[in-house]
Amino acid sequence: MATTLPASAEPPEPAPVSTEETRPLSELPVGAHALIVRVDAAADPGGRLEELGFLPGTRVQLLRRAPLGDPAVYALRGTRFCVRRAEARAVQVRALPGEAGETAP
Amino acid sequence: MSEEADPGIGWAGDASESGGFASAAAAPPLPPLRFGLLGGPNSGKTTLFNALTGLRAKVANYPGVTVERREGRVRVAGRQAVVLDLPGTYSLTPLSADEAVVSRVLAGDLAGVAAPGALVVTADACSLERGLLFVGQVLRLGKPTCLVVTMVDELRARGGALDLARLSDALGIPVVGVVGHRGLGVDRLLALLEHPEGWSLPAIPPPAEPAERAAWVDSVLERVQLRRPGHHRVTEAVDRVVLHPLAGTLLFGAVMVLFFQLIFAWAAPAMDAIDAAIAAISGWIERSLPPGLLADFLADGVVAGVGSVVIFLPQIVLLFTLLYLLEDVGYMARAAFVVDRLMGRIGLEGRAFVALLSSYACAVPGIMATRTVPSPRQRLVTILVAPLMTCSARLPVYALFIAAFVPAVQVWGPLGLQGLTLLGLYLLGGLTALVAAALLRRLVVAGETLPFVLELPPYRLPPPKLVLGQVWGAASAFLRRAGTIILAVSIVLWFLLSFPRTPAPAGASEAEAARHALEHSIAGRIGHAVEPAIAPLGFDWKIGVGLLASLAAREVIVATLAQIYATAEDDPISLREAIRRDRDPRSGELVFQPATVAALLVFFVFALQCASTLAVMRRETNSWRWPAFAFGYLLALAYGASFVTYRIVHAFTT
Repeated sequence: MATTLPASAEPPEPAPVSTEETRPLSELPVGAHALIVRVDAAADPGGRLEELGFLPGTRVQLLRRAPLGDPAVYALRGTRFCVRRAEARAVQVRALPGEAGETAP
Repeated sequence: MSEEADPGIGWAGDASESGGFASAAAAPPLPPLRFGLLGGPNSGKTTLFNALTGLRAKVANYPGVTVERREGRVRVAGRQAVVLDLPGTYSLTPLSADEAVVSRVLAGDLAGVAAPGALVVTADACSLERGLLFVGQVLRLGKPTCLVVTMVDELRARGGALDLARLSDALGIPVVGVVGHRGLGVDRLLALLEHPEGWSLPAIPPPAEPAERAAWVDSVLERVQLRRPGHHRVTEAVDRVVLHPLAGTLLFGAVMVLFFQLIFAWAAPAMDAIDAAIAAISGWIERSLPPGLLADFLADGVVAGVGSVVIFLPQIVLLFTLLYLLEDVGYMARAAFVVDRLMGRIGLEGRAFVALLSSYACAVPGIMATRTVPSPRQRLVTILVAPLMTCSARLPVYALFIAAFVPAVQVWGPLGLQGLTLLGLYLLGGLTALVAAALLRRLVVAGETLPFVLELPPYRLPPPKLVLGQVWGAASAFLRRAGTIILAVSIVLWFLLSFPRTPAPAGASEAEAARHALEHSIAGRIGHAVEPAIAPLGFDWKIGVGLLASLAAREVIVATLAQIYATAEDDPISLREAIRRDRDPRSGELVFQPATVAALLVFFVFALQCASTLAVMRRETNSWRWPAFAFGYLLALAYGASFVTYRIVHAFTT
């Protein structure tokens, strides 16, 4: 069940976490864990995100954002990556509840 | 992994005899081995390469791209062996011409570069989940491959555990664990390299499609029972500050200012020493040889020319040492992260900022530092605007004219008009660079932006040999390619300024004789010839000669004006007075009117007057097209801005 969120310049208030909807990776609140559902190929030219491991079924966590909100640091598959909002929008995720305190290595 | 000192070696399938055949005297010599070294950008590949080849690598360029080609001989018992260090990459599916180099070399598709027969892949022990994705791609090539798991000591330190024998079993290829910077495990790798023909291959190649390959990696790691490492405590703690929105930005600002200041301040004594040495050698030549053409050529042409190359070395060495240190430690990625948003607005990215900042000291190492920018288009734009950053060679020019013509009045507290003018000129250059970058990115070098994905590796203390090797590579590349061009231009300039040799009128002092010779030289005649073209900017022929000379190097204008005004160069006060008082013989007006001075300063803000910069641009872009373009657009910008400045100031002051 996909929900389209309005494409806005500023990140929206983090909505209460629901395990049903998918949202773009770029709109996770800081510290949230999520499971990648799919990657929109058109918005990921060359499939670079996929090659790096941003694949359906992979867990990802948003660690922090840069000043001014972009880019953001994500932890996945044991590595930390900076990704810009434009690319992160291509990744649809489902938020995972209850583990916001833990940081992935 | 049982003992500390023994990273272990895993071997699947038949362990073929390796040493026996090679040592038999009667056996025919085995063919030379050619290994390709692959791995991710932060996987310890370069350290391993250095450990294998011992800094004996040759550096060259691949045709058509700017990526460096590094090959080195490795001592493998009984056979000639060469290791080709391929650029670090996350994936064999390329996003740019530079990235395509790896897959093209492996396919034997790059002219003049033989494909390697066997592959050595590195993967960081602490991020195998991602590293094995790449290994899976490499295994699909079907070449004999072995895996080197690096930084196994860090894995243990963070509480992880990895059974290399099981990993080798699961992958179907030989696996070695190493601690590259301590050389542990390298001997086992070397033993393995003796006989790549005996390496086992996986029974089934891993899947091609990324999602399936990820599932394959997960199943391999499950089979191997990898114990994942915990947090890297130091990285966590430091990043809490470094990546903090406020503290991180302030820290970034401080680091950049320090960077820039150190290059200015620390390089200065070495550069002064080199200057003194050049003067001493020149003087010695003039004293030792009979006065005449040969002495002049050697002293003022060759020695001065070589000197103008060598003088850059302290700044280049210092800049690159700091740059590589920050990069290898892992801070550079964080710096790029902090500043990326601003850079993204103009079409560049975070890493370009560091290169531009370095250009504030000198564009030559700054342009070389653009290698850290992976996107070729962004790198090109950064190179094209680097000359706009106010480099240290502009300082003597600014200093002379500001001191001569800007009144020394206090404007606000400790800030004086002179200091503010200098600051204004610095800012003008920097802001124009950002605007020019945005425009160039849109109009001239447009194109898809590479996705900006930057890994933040854990903080690590780099082995000194690694940094030294990197700095040495950069410095020797500069000497080799840019150095020859700079020397050639210096000699040509000497020629233009010295010929034809006109004897001075009788009774003239030495200084006046110099002025006379200059006026009648080829350069002097060109100065007269271009006077009509530069008259709209308020410049006369003397300034014309100065500008012509300064095309080779900006600060040369000071020495050239000193010669024209028949003053000794190390007597700047009288040069200042001389240019203040100079009047045009025909009109009686001051040559250096306020409008002229303003126009001249603005000209220096924009124009590309540096043969060394052109030479380095040529080296980094592999063609003369872009240096020519840079020279052209900056000259047009300089002329236009100068013209406008002259008209405006002239209107206000007359």
